[in-house]
Amino acid sequence: MTDIELVKGNESIAMGAIEAGCRFYFGYPITPQNDIPEYMSRHLPKCGGVFIQAESEIASINMLMGAGATGARAMTSSSSPGISLKQEGISYMCGSQIPGVIVNMSRSGPGLGGISPSQGDYFQATRGGGHGDYRTIVLAPSSVQENYDLTMHAFDLADKYRNPVIILGDALLGNIKEPLRRHKYIPKTFEKNWILTGAQGRSPRRLKSLYLSEGELTEHNWMLHRNYQEMTKEILYETQWMDDAKLVVVAFGSVARIIKTSVSMAREQGMAVGLFRPITLYPFPYKQLLDISETIHHFMAVELNTGQMVEDVKLSVGHRKNRVDFYGRPPGSIPSPDELFEEIQKVYCLP
Amino acid sequence: MEAVFKRPESLTDIPTHFCPGCHHGIIHRLVAECIDEFGIREKIIGVASVGCSVFLYDYFLIDVLEAPHGRAPAVATGVKRANPNAFVFTYQGDGDLAAIGTSEIIHAANRGEKLTVIFVNNTVFGMTGGQMAPTTLPDQETTTTPYGRDVETAGFPIRMAEIMERLDGTKFVARTAVNTPKNIIKSKKILRRAFEVQLNNEGFAFVEFLSSCPTNWKMNAQKANQRIQDVMIPYFPLNIFKGALN
Ligand SMILES: Cc1ncc(C[n+]2csc(CCOP(=O)(O)OP(=O)(O)O)c2C)c(N)n1
Repeated sequence: MTDIELVKGNESIAMGAIEAGCRFYFGYPITPQNDIPEYMSRHLPKCGGVFIQAESEIASINMLMGAGATGARAMTSSSSPGISLKQEGISYMCGSQIPGVIVNMSRSGPGLGGISPSQGDYFQATRGGGHGDYRTIVLAPSSVQENYDLTMHAFDLADKYRNPVIILGDALLGNIKEPLRRHKYIPKTFEKNWILTGAQGRSPRRLKSLYLSEGELTEHNWMLHRNYQEMTKEILYETQWMDDAKLVVVAFGSVARIIKTSVSMAREQGMAVGLFRPITLYPFPYKQLLDISETIHHFMAVELNTGQMVEDVKLSVGHRKNRVDFYGRPPGSIPSPDELFEEIQKVYCLP
Repeated sequence: MEAVFKRPESLTDIPTHFCPGCHHGIIHRLVAECIDEFGIREKIIGVASVGCSVFLYDYFLIDVLEAPHGRAPAVATGVKRANPNAFVFTYQGDGDLAAIGTSEIIHAANRGEKLTVIFVNNTVFGMTGGQMAPTTLPDQETTTTPYGRDVETAGFPIRMAEIMERLDGTKFVARTAVNTPKNIIKSKKILRRAFEVQLNNEGFAFVEFLSSCPTNWKMNAQKANQRIQDVMIPYFPLNIFKGALN
């Protein structure tokens, strides 16, 4: 399993899921992620799993909830319009504390939008997305290898926190082909004393989100909130060229991989630019950025949208002594490393 | 002294919140009797829906998962596929199953999921205060059809059992009522068969119960039972549409 293969981004997610023990997949086709259901439909039956092409994204997320409630590792995937339809189900899963992995290989919107890469679903993913005061863990890979690795990790996090985990990629990360080294999943054990199996020799269990009696719902929400706070232990990020940096570029996912080239171009020009890439978008590395701002006071958020993650960057370091610049644009075309280098130059030149 | 009539073991000993004369309680009891008689309480995962029956988990001594409004058949699909040895049923009202959840019920049935669906048709949205349901009869007054349901603008009552019958994926489809002792006895036989269909791994079973809602129909329990006989049954005929009682 240590050979290097050339694999398409979407398929690397499906491979990671199966390796992590996912045996149930429910989905409804939508570009640009169809390789995921197609791969699952080929491979799950061979390993004793179940693939269902559901009648809608709404049905898919509810099937995921049902399978997750029995303790099974299960996944659904879609792209932006389909993820919108799943939001009610995600809210119920959070309220009922049912784990599951949800992949959003996002495309551009609003509405039917287009099928080009976009980071326009950042708010939806990181702010709960549906109704109620809840959160999901959000992982943002930026390579085919990371698609694979983070998908495996997503299943562990979902089980550990009994909460849905979202993998937020986009059309670029789904469609590129890159070398992938598949490694073995190391099984971990999670206490599953809550799953529904039939009340054999024990009192009945119920997974629900309705709490009507006085004070019950408040207490339930506080409990969920404490769980979200625990999740800050799971923060992941990558930094590069930070030591002497005067400007820190903050970018995630597909934009982060493009801008890495732009930052190295800047370095070649003798500009002191560093790169900070959040890998968990929720929980966001607020504290880690804040610590960096002890010594570096200039940040630049770059996104393929008109300004979403920049708000989290500002929440981290947006106080008076620091400066936060932003470059973003609506989806349509993918920015080139040269273009982004120019944007870095524009803000870097300023005193 | 030998008890000749007692609470089924699968039911908890707490008073229900159902209104006087509501049939949910009778249907709950029939479900519980079937669970006891087949001895499957410990292998059941029930899927509750959103409506007056949402508190299923308070009344049955079984594992229960609460589904979003209308989505119980999809949730149950996930449960059953991941846990094929469990006995999985959904319990849904007519707003839940025949309005917001039509897509999920049709496709779960069409896939022939090994599920037992208990469908409670009371011609109104009970829980939200008696609004029109897809099953509301022509000219029936509800809080959102104050002048009576005008089929020209509000459409016709949907006969779900007949729709289920037409789907190749279903194995057993019946409509029954619990408004008279005779109908209750008949209903029990039908429900037992709907359990067997899943227990024998035969396929998808669907039982529609005509049910009363005295509160929202604005009549007493007796009149409500009579309404089922005189008004509902002519429109929603009682029948075993597919499969047989054995
Ligand atoms: C998405 C969503 N829409 C609307 C509601 C409000 N709602 C709760 S129960 C219900 C209808 C219930 O009627 P029915 O299914 O016929 O069951 P009954 O209460 O009559 O037993 C509605 C519309 C909801 N909970 N969720």
